[in-house]
Amino acid sequence: MSEQQQRRDGKFGDYGGQYVPEALMPAIEELTDAYERYVLGNEDGFMDEFRRRIRDFGGRPTPMGRADQLSERYGTEVYLKREDLLHGGAHKLNNALGQCLLAKYMGKERIVAETGAGQHGTATAMAAAHLDMPCEIYMGRRDINRQRPNVFRMRINGAEVTPVEVGRGTLKEAINETMRDWATTVETTHYIIGSIVGPHPFPSMVRDFHRPISAETKRQSREAFGRLPDAVVACAGGGSNTMGIFSEFVDPRDSDPEGVDDVDLYAVEAGGSTLDVDEERGVAPNSASLSTGTEGVLHGARTKVLQDTDGQIMESHSVSSGLDYAGVGPELANLVEEGRVDAVNVDDDAALAAFHRLSQTEGIIPALETAHAVAYLEQHDDPSELGEYVVINVSGRGDKDLAAAMEETAGRDLPNAPEMDVFDGEGLR
Amino acid sequence: MSGGTGESRIPAAFESEPAFVPYLAAGDPTFEASLAYVEALERAGADVIELGLPFSEPIAEGPTIQQAVVRSLDGGMTVERYFEFVAALDVDVPLVCMTYYNLIYQYGDEEGPEPFVERAAAEGIDGFVVPDLPAEEAGPLRAACDAHGRDLVSIVAPTTRDDRLQRLVDLSSGYLYVQARLGVTGARASVSDRTTESLARVAETGTDLPRAVGFGISSFEQARDVIAAGADGAIVGSALVDIVAEGHAEDRPPEETAAELEALGRELKEGALAAAEPEASQAD
Repeated sequence: MSEQQQRRDGKFGDYGGQYVPEALMPAIEELTDAYERYVLGNEDGFMDEFRRRIRDFGGRPTPMGRADQLSERYGTEVYLKREDLLHGGAHKLNNALGQCLLAKYMGKERIVAETGAGQHGTATAMAAAHLDMPCEIYMGRRDINRQRPNVFRMRINGAEVTPVEVGRGTLKEAINETMRDWATTVETTHYIIGSIVGPHPFPSMVRDFHRPISAETKRQSREAFGRLPDAVVACAGGGSNTMGIFSEFVDPRDSDPEGVDDVDLYAVEAGGSTLDVDEERGVAPNSASLSTGTEGVLHGARTKVLQDTDGQIMESHSVSSGLDYAGVGPELANLVEEGRVDAVNVDDDAALAAFHRLSQTEGIIPALETAHAVAYLEQHDDPSELGEYVVINVSGRGDKDLAAAMEETAGRDLPNAPEMDVFDGEGLR
Repeated sequence: MSGGTGESRIPAAFESEPAFVPYLAAGDPTFEASLAYVEALERAGADVIELGLPFSEPIAEGPTIQQAVVRSLDGGMTVERYFEFVAALDVDVPLVCMTYYNLIYQYGDEEGPEPFVERAAAEGIDGFVVPDLPAEEAGPLRAACDAHGRDLVSIVAPTTRDDRLQRLVDLSSGYLYVQARLGVTGARASVSDRTTESLARVAETGTDLPRAVGFGISSFEQARDVIAAGADGAIVGSALVDIVAEGHAEDRPPEETAAELEALGRELKEGALAAAEPEASQAD
């Protein structure tokens, strides 16, 4: 697919498109125009300002460093791309800051966003405060209960946080409700979608704001070991950190495209408790839409979704609320279909074990989302087969997950979990 | 149902007088009760009935219809049951299937919307309204509708302008669904000024398509006002669904709820007709 074509209709093979109510289409057209002019065309120096702000406010570039103990454990050179060190503690700020700035350039007066784990919500709240824009975040009730620290951070940054009570109260419902808000307020409001999902131009635009992850990874790999890595591993829910670190290997736009096709790309999905689905109850106890989903239309795009035979969307599950989503970005769905990206998955137990392992062996407490990427190496029969150099995208830090991780750990037999019983009681949550 | 073959009966429904176009979610709260409710609306004078096929992610709906969707799905509604529902209905007005694109897209063994349209046509559906299908993505469904003599009704929003409006007019058949205001579905107190503007813009395109206004209409006065503003029909959903919801919550006998639906339906139909009489339209 040529880039030109992709810009015009937002299709990635059979995936993508614009399946949204007519009321939103004029705003989508306006946004597409703004994306092409400001982001792709750097009109009015937009991208220069974005790069300056993501450096000075966000802390880019983030470092990439060798994980000494994991390298020894897996018999290959493991490097960690440290998006957990971006301001806010996750890669999410790249997109939130970029879209918030774009909304300002477009003359919008208000920001709305959905959030699952709360990472996109906190990043949006920070970016909106930084750029002096009012903002309202929709968050499912269940996620609010799972991710209280992030709720506090959003409120402290001055954002309104509106609980979404319908359905199971997770990301899917939060997106529905944010779309409803946007359909009402579209003339003055910009919707900062939090992943590479939704109608065109969101999947392309969100990817482009996360593209620095990938450009830096290429440069830092050459600096650290003189060439590109053999494999890049990232967790995938909606897929924004995934496409962020994959983009320059898939569709290179920097000055040095040589060798990118030889880099293997692994998208690690949440296998949840099992890959089996309960069609009767409409529940998929996992969030592995790339691995087990089928083609469908969800939240504005044709992509891989977890659905029953009628096309009703299933309730997904993951121990990590940031991966707990029944769909995935259309570009990622297409890259998996084309064979460019391998979709793999690890279950809740493996992710929790990896959460503790990275914390203990490298001194980095990862987000539970990120822990899925780390777990893939442990699960692999022979990680050295992945190649000599493997980069893992540490998409976020785990501070937000401490309570959830401790609670989930307590109910499981994880040999590498620290003994926490002595600290039980009121103080933990 | 009389359906199955032939052409859509929708165009004829707007010919003689202002139309009353009610919406209900099929199977809300149960298959049997819902049949009685739809039939009550026909007795009330419905000219076209929009029959919702519930989808798990109703992004264009406000709380009232979201809850109808939940009740219907909890009551066991599936795509197959929906077609059985249409077949079991004893009404003689055109039926429009209102649903989201994924359910249309997934149906049948072949890819694309044609198997769904073919089956719906065979059961007696005359046309389709698909809130998450803008003109950009509507080509395959339009082609399937043409192949089976069905109508595809486009929604015109208050934000729809110029070339987009012309494109929707060209794409549509049966009628145009003119969205009275921005936002999601739900009953409101008054008819927005934007309705009048939207109707004027549609009129400027010179289209012959009937214009039915929906989003927020709940009373005799509002039905009268939208017709007086130039609409050919009044679409009413949430105000009717509220009656179904209340009947369900209060555990009333379905006959009682059906009677209430019929009463409000008559009021709305009378409102639509009132605007056609000279004194009523001058009253505003």
